[in-house]
Amino acid sequence: MKADPRGVLTGEHFIDGDHACCEGALAAGARFAAGYPITPSTEVVERFAARVPTVGGTFIQMEDELAASITLQGAVWGGAKAFTVTSGPGFSLMMEHIGYAAMTETPCVFVDVQRGGPSTGLPTLPAQADMMQARWGSHGDYSIIALCPNSPQECFDLTIKAFNLSEEFRVPVMFMMDEVVGHMTEKVVIPPAGQIDVAPRKHTKKSIEDYLPYGTNGDMVPEMAHAGEGYKFHVTGLTHDERGYPNMTPQTQGKLVRRLRDKIRSAADRICMLEEENLGDADVVVVSYGITSRVAQRAIDSARTRGLRVGKLRLITAWPFPEEKICGLAQKVKAFVVPELNLGQMALEVERAAGGKARTFCVPHAGGGVHQPEEILNVIVEASR
Amino acid sequence: MSTDVDIDLISPVGNPVEPFLRTDRMPHIWCPGCGIGTTVNCFARALIESKIDLNSLALVSGIGCTGRVAGYVQLDSFHTTHGRAIPFATGLKLANPRLNVVVYSGDGDLSAIGGNHLIHAARRNIDLKVICVNNLIYAMTGGQTAPTTPDHATTSTNPYGTFEPSFNLPHLLEAAGAVYVARWTTFHVRQLARSIGEAFQKKGFSFIEVISPCPTLYQRRNKLGDSLDTMKYYKAMSKVRHGAPTSEVGLSINGEIVVGKFVDRDRPDYSTLMRAQYVESLGDRFVENRSGQEVETVCS
Repeated sequence: MKADPRGVLTGEHFIDGDHACCEGALAAGARFAAGYPITPSTEVVERFAARVPTVGGTFIQMEDELAASITLQGAVWGGAKAFTVTSGPGFSLMMEHIGYAAMTETPCVFVDVQRGGPSTGLPTLPAQADMMQARWGSHGDYSIIALCPNSPQECFDLTIKAFNLSEEFRVPVMFMMDEVVGHMTEKVVIPPAGQIDVAPRKHTKKSIEDYLPYGTNGDMVPEMAHAGEGYKFHVTGLTHDERGYPNMTPQTQGKLVRRLRDKIRSAADRICMLEEENLGDADVVVVSYGITSRVAQRAIDSARTRGLRVGKLRLITAWPFPEEKICGLAQKVKAFVVPELNLGQMALEVERAAGGKARTFCVPHAGGGVHQPEEILNVIVEASR
Repeated sequence: MSTDVDIDLISPVGNPVEPFLRTDRMPHIWCPGCGIGTTVNCFARALIESKIDLNSLALVSGIGCTGRVAGYVQLDSFHTTHGRAIPFATGLKLANPRLNVVVYSGDGDLSAIGGNHLIHAARRNIDLKVICVNNLIYAMTGGQTAPTTPDHATTSTNPYGTFEPSFNLPHLLEAAGAVYVARWTTFHVRQLARSIGEAFQKKGFSFIEVISPCPTLYQRRNKLGDSLDTMKYYKAMSKVRHGAPTSEVGLSINGEIVVGKFVDRDRPDYSTLMRAQYVESLGDRFVENRSGQEVETVCS
């Protein structure tokens, strides 16, 4: 289906990534947000608070991130598309409810505009150090999807994608921005509503008698109902059977938790978005994401000018990790170079997927700024030897 | 012959609250003598008497013994995370204002880990009906001290007696802004059912505290007898004082229990205030909240 024109601010804009993310959410059909102020993410909900009463929806500022991250899920079960926005310290508090959304299969979006950590860290300065937390931060086994925009335009485009994926797979989607992308102002083109694809909720058409809240039809994603429609269904964070009833057996646990993992894993090819350049003849592949991919571009261009055969692989989707792509490349290339604004998180995944067939060079940065292109170039040169 | 008689004896036909329960989930997990089932019975009777449309009624629970209520009622029901029933219910109500949303949870869930949400939802006057079953203890996890455990009671985490002061929940909720505050015990089944019915008539944050026995972990450990003894205590020591100043209704381990309706007042609820503010500020640019009706749906 196409976007509701009331939420779409069609035209050319000169806005930052936080504002573009908000417009993406509105275009995707989000009509509910719950938030708690935190730098450098607050502009997203500030804009939403100003815009949403003019398109028919609700913003509520909650008492903390624990509340915000579950209030939005109540809204989803009430029929809304909903999201919240935060940064590192708030993201840590939201882990409880990322697990709840994964377990109850509540479609929703968590925007994390990453800043330096740990703890209060660097409130106004960038990092990309929440990447493993986004994947593994809540307890237990589950899967999520995480996207990494590298420009305000992508903050718009990929926020819509994040909502669409959350609806298709009934999974919380982590929208992993960083402070630079969030506060960088660039041209953002918002197309007419009729050109924006929006995923509808996967709502059941079954009768009340036939409806099984967590029954699946082969594609591993159950159909939803909303409160107030007469289905009288039960939702719990406890291990549950297809009726949604608690069931404390290893068999039910195994079936449920494997499905939560496999519904994403089995569709990884379809979910994974990558930007590729010059991989055909590459000796070295630079794997990057978010703002770091734009710094890496300069280093890659310099290296190719020097005659080094360097390819680019940009992770637009960080999770599920494109392990088959890396595994395939590892058969052909000498090395991967992984710059990121942390001390080596996604580099661990690259190393794992490469399986010892190619070396992995980490280009760490503790956050607070971005790499100098020369830092990345030097590692590319070293990796090419 | 005798077989027919036996079937008749065990037949549940005729129990008026059965249509409100997920009978396929029985037996429930609550201990013999526990008061939670009694409160559910009162809740069901209040629904019958109030003629509430059950299709537009949702029940939200947190974690703990009372948190299991959501799993046993034949309603749209949500068993959320520990302490977070109220913010979940807030989102549900705001997204679909046509729903009647009940929060049904325990004292530890609502007033300790969920205490921040409790006072802020009352301050905002979100239109929620909160039923707080207060068994004075964390029961599900084995009888640890709660914010409600009264003076010097023995618990598994205060084996030499509790010494920290406890919450007086009606006083807290009145101060925070609830429009309806009442307290009953599981002895007061008719009054409790009537009180729940009254709360459904209120628009805004309503809070009903139900003092309830935990014979397994509270009464036994404190040598207060069994549940029958507790009912006798509730009967003998409860004093109905409607409109009592909530500052005077704190609980002690074996003293008087002041019950009744303490607060019944009107002030605009969150949605009313939000809408009025938007209408005043935005005029014609304001669009009615349709957040819960916006998602077009599809069947795969």
